[in-house]
Amino acid sequence: MSAHHHAEAAHGDAHGHGSLRGYVTGFLLSVVLTAIPFWLVMEGVLENRQATAAIIMGFAAVQIVVHMVFFLHMDARMEQGWNLMALIFTLIVVVIALSGSLWVMHHLNTNMMPVHEMGQTPAP
Amino acid sequence: MSVTIETARPGAAPVFFLKDEHAHPEGGSTLLGFWVYLMSDCLIFAVLFATYGVLGGSYAAGPAPKDLFELPLVALNTALLLFSSITYGFAMLAMAKGAKAGTLFWLVVTGLFGLGFLAVELYEFSHLIHIGATPQRSAFLSSFFTLVGTHGLHVTFGIVWLATLLVQVGRLGLTEANKRRLMCLSMFWHFLDVIWIGVFTFVYLMGVLR
Repeated sequence: MSAHHHAEAAHGDAHGHGSLRGYVTGFLLSVVLTAIPFWLVMEGVLENRQATAAIIMGFAAVQIVVHMVFFLHMDARMEQGWNLMALIFTLIVVVIALSGSLWVMHHLNTNMMPVHEMGQTPAP
Repeated sequence: MSVTIETARPGAAPVFFLKDEHAHPEGGSTLLGFWVYLMSDCLIFAVLFATYGVLGGSYAAGPAPKDLFELPLVALNTALLLFSSITYGFAMLAMAKGAKAGTLFWLVVTGLFGLGFLAVELYEFSHLIHIGATPQRSAFLSSFFTLVGTHGLHVTFGIVWLATLLVQVGRLGLTEANKRRLMCLSMFWHFLDVIWIGVFTFVYLMGVLR
């Protein structure tokens, strides 16, 4: 019975549930990476809004990587790298969809905005 | 001209060169398949994010994000989801040790944090609708409710799944099948937290900045 349990535990480790240290590290990093953007926006620390926007986007990107590594346990060896391949493919499609939509619609808005007689200002 | 083909001699043990594939661990391909599902879910959210990115500035002379969003509430929601992520991690650690009671305890804690998140989000939605900021009000609000609502719906189904697994683990224990299910839900739950990072940054923080 104990041997069986031992084998199961070893099997579980091979799958990678992470460790207590890994989860706590990921959690603490996430808390810091969440708190700083909220602080920047709620307190209006920086005068420059564009700089603030760029910084909070950067923090979000780093936090997503932290979650992937410490919580989802992504690494290149999982399932012979197929997990990572699927992720990279998805990221490429996401980047194309997001940047393409924003780019095309931005040009559509700036170039083809109908002129209102109502004096209504178009959205930025 | 004759070719001699060596055939198995009678009596000798036949040799096979085509071997079966080596044994896969239980649930190995399930986890990969579930990961592929999550990636397709990621595409759904990407399209909703793109829609919000395009329509997020069209207020139709209605309320703007700055008038509507309450960042302390969003911070509370973010904290709840983040706590639920690490408590699910503790459940997985307890599962790896084979501790059924510990697993159940941390799953319940995770579920309570998830319910807290949903309660805050529903309060926010009902408040918005009460003050007239309904999905019909403007393109910004339509895309906002679609994106955040879809995330909330995922959390709802995650909680239903979690409750189901509580019953399963409670009745059958930490069997191989239940461990596989718990690992799939683990990926789902952490994935939802990853999406929420995008939501609070792109929708709430950027919205208030705009």
